Amino acid sequence: MIALIDYQAGNLTSVKKALTTIGADVFVPEGPDALREARGIIVPGVGHFGATRALDGAWIEGILERIGEGRPLLGICLGMHWLFEGSDEAPDLPGLGLLSGQCRRLPSSDAIKIPHVGWNTLSLQRDASILEGVADQAQVYFTHSYVAPLTSETAAMAEHGEPFSAVVQRANIAGVQFHPEKSGDVGLRILRNFVQLAWC
Amino acid sequence: MLSKRIIACLDVRDGQVVKGVNFESLRSAGDPAELARRYNAEGIDELVILDITATIEARRALADTIRAVARELFIPLTVGGGIRTEADADIAIDAGADKVSLNTAALSQPSLITALAERYGSQAVLVAIDAKAIGDRFAVYARSGQAAANRDAVEWAREAESRGAGEILLTSIDRDGTKAGFDCPLTAAVSTAVSIPVIASGGAGGLAHFVDVFTAGRADAALAASIFHYAETSVASLKRHLRDRGIPVRL
Repeated sequence: MIALIDYQAGNLTSVKKALTTIGADVFVPEGPDALREARGIIVPGVGHFGATRALDGAWIEGILERIGEGRPLLGICLGMHWLFEGSDEAPDLPGLGLLSGQCRRLPSSDAIKIPHVGWNTLSLQRDASILEGVADQAQVYFTHSYVAPLTSETAAMAEHGEPFSAVVQRANIAGVQFHPEKSGDVGLRILRNFVQLAWC
Repeated sequence: MLSKRIIACLDVRDGQVVKGVNFESLRSAGDPAELARRYNAEGIDELVILDITATIEARRALADTIRAVARELFIPLTVGGGIRTEADADIAIDAGADKVSLNTAALSQPSLITALAERYGSQAVLVAIDAKAIGDRFAVYARSGQAAANRDAVEWAREAESRGAGEILLTSIDRDGTKAGFDCPLTAAVSTAVSIPVIASGGAGGLAHFVDVFTAGRADAALAASIFHYAETSVASLKRHLRDRGIPVRL
């Protein structure tokens, strides 16, 4: 069972549907205790970093416990930002801090519109199990204004005015800036890779 | 590099696509799910379902249509037409829409933009603007182009952005259905005035029109309906044409 965390940051319908389509059993845990049932955890989310405030102490404890047992965690968009130390979008609110670095706003200019909305190219930086079978320069669907920095954990980067982390992975912790549930076959492949990690 | 998006619009009435469809390979030419599948296979970047149903009874079928289209589609799906309340938006989003498009309701009740942006995020809220050229200005019309809204399109787009809209769907009433090309001056005027993406609509009649709207029109995305329905232009050949002219697309 894959736990899909609902913290009221956007609608879960699309993510749930995509996971069901690839044959995964999904549940939305009522509380952190229910995470014990999870073989993998997905933190989705769109919107403001402030929404992650709902993921309080008990949730963090439950999630860290599962990660400690080797269960995989995938953060999508805002959920990916939460894996980092924090975000300039809500500077007073710490992130989970599993990955080092601070998320920041993409600068806009005449040629660069923010939010970054649409299909953009992945530049693969290194091998990562979450990107198994995904080709370099594959396109995926983004919609966001804030980005995670490039770090040694960056598995793929994208560029909109400047480069940023599109996919990060360190062992069983992964994050994607784009929406795999809205990125056609490439996105489904990435979700399938995650589900596979959960069953290993 | 961020691709320019090609968006297909399905005008749906009572669960069937209208405006005429003649894909011979489709079992039922008017079935939105079949058409959506076809466009998806051809590489469409997004879909818009525009509900042109007149009655409340028939509108209940819209959720079923959205569900049927969303079931096997993993690209962004926008639903518009008749969304007047938060409850209307809830129904569309719960059925599988990623974004809702507000038009007349946004004009009469601009706070709805903010309410929906707070609830679902700005990325889920499109404000559709129907505009007509009057001299060198562009006037906004409501009720499917029937009623002058006494608003300037550029100024209204700016307001929509500040109220929380994530994108602008901009339709030229003058060009809609003419196949004479997009209104590039209108599109450029709005696109340069806001920082959110602008989707150009109305007037697509050939490949060159898309090149024009992405260059002179400064559009971030272009939407068309009948040009794709009648298979005059396949999505794939349009995208190859754009790529060959240096316009970034998803192929």
